[in-house]
Amino acid sequence: MSEKEKRYQELKSIVANYLPDDVSAESISLQSHFINELNINSANLVDIVLDVEDAFDIMLENEDMDQMETVQDALRIVDSKIESRT
Amino acid sequence: MENRVVITGLGVCAPNGIGLEEFGKALAKGKSGIRFHQELKELNFSCQIAGRPDIESVDLNNYFTNLQLRGLEASGLIYGVISGKDAWEDAGLHVAGDNEPDWENGVIFGTGMLGVDRFRNAIYAVDSGNVRRSGSTTVIQTMASGISAFLGGMLGCGNQVTTNSSACSTGTEALLMGYEHIKSGKAKRMLVGSCSDSGPYIWGGFDAMRILPRNYNDNPESASRPMSASATGFVPGSGAGALVLESLESALERNASIYAEVLGGEVNSGGQRGGGSMTAPNSIAVQHCISKAIQNADVSANDIDVINGHLTATTKDPVEITNWTKALKRDGKNFPYINSFKGMFGHCLAAAGSIECVGTILQLKHQQVFGNVNCDDIHPEIAKVIDESRIPRKTFQHKSKIIAKASFGFGDVNACVIFRQYSKN
Repeated sequence: MSEKEKRYQELKSIVANYLPDDVSAESISLQSHFINELNINSANLVDIVLDVEDAFDIMLENEDMDQMETVQDALRIVDSKIESRT
Repeated sequence: MENRVVITGLGVCAPNGIGLEEFGKALAKGKSGIRFHQELKELNFSCQIAGRPDIESVDLNNYFTNLQLRGLEASGLIYGVISGKDAWEDAGLHVAGDNEPDWENGVIFGTGMLGVDRFRNAIYAVDSGNVRRSGSTTVIQTMASGISAFLGGMLGCGNQVTTNSSACSTGTEALLMGYEHIKSGKAKRMLVGSCSDSGPYIWGGFDAMRILPRNYNDNPESASRPMSASATGFVPGSGAGALVLESLESALERNASIYAEVLGGEVNSGGQRGGGSMTAPNSIAVQHCISKAIQNADVSANDIDVINGHLTATTKDPVEITNWTKALKRDGKNFPYINSFKGMFGHCLAAAGSIECVGTILQLKHQQVFGNVNCDDIHPEIAKVIDESRIPRKTFQHKSKIIAKASFGFGDVNACVIFRQYSKN
């Protein structure tokens, strides 16, 4: 599994914790919109950000969070943070 | 026309029993929920004993979603939701569908302060300059109205959803607020109750006031001694109680089983005048509260069979008894039976009134009067004004018709409610 794929799987497992009971983890895809499609409460996006910070040892700014509408957005931000770190 | 108000559901999360069956049996047997807590010893508390519901045995997934359980540290919220959802189910009521709340259902669920453990962690985050790391649920777990907000959302209530707070009279006050709301036709059903957190951050302030018993750390079950000559202070407790109040019309329409009728009550304050203070009651106000409750319930003082007192096991218990005798104009052998459940689970603070109201209603249901524990040595000042036979030390069968329940709180606030066994007329 590539590094990027690993990150995606890790991100999916984080996001899955914040799904409402009637949305299954299988429905998470790169294109999924956190609020409109996965029905994630906007307040919980904050918690996803904190978990992502812990998992990838990065820090996300408020502006990063504003851009984080889909799973792909989140992954892109994580990738760029990790890349700029090394 | 004013509605008659009845009780159609009960739920409880108490230190000596969770759920109606366990709690009812515990009260009948005099089972204690007061335990030694190592944590309190390690923190150098003088009083290292307390009453805390044993929720280890409860599957919280029956009450919360996985997401709600994430980082849930507000113990009072957990107790409140257990008791509230149980009461709702006990009443045979449904949860509203996804698209519309039930406009006739409301919640008045009180607390003193909510989620102190969570608040503590949030304070650490703030003080270390790391507020951004404190997560999204600090507010909903620490706002006082978190408990009514959680319950209102879980049940889909579209009527008033609020939290009241009046120290140790909170639970009884919530019940009376819900009663008034239904009586005046503003709602058909109200979930009322109260909850109180567990732990050192709630109990510590009382330990600091030196008003808790210090000499029972190795004998916790004997520590809470309402009406006893050897009472030395109240044992801190925690938990929640909940009742579903409903207009008689609504209850009959849906063929609900009815536990009891709320005939009326009174809430007042002594204004911290006439001997009253932040921590001590103005006795005239207490007597007014009881007399007005009886008047509002449209019964006679002579009709009261049983009293469930506030009776916290401090040296002030004799004052409360005297206040009852003056308000009812009954004493000696003519005094009603009186009990305090605090001997078994301590003083559950904001949750006390609601837990004890649930116990009081169970007495009507089981046609029993629950015995007082730890008061074989009745306080001589009490024995002077009422006959010892009025203070049952053992549970016995008794068909009570009318029971009075009172709660008094810091701030010199009082609440008294009159319940009657339900009959059609």
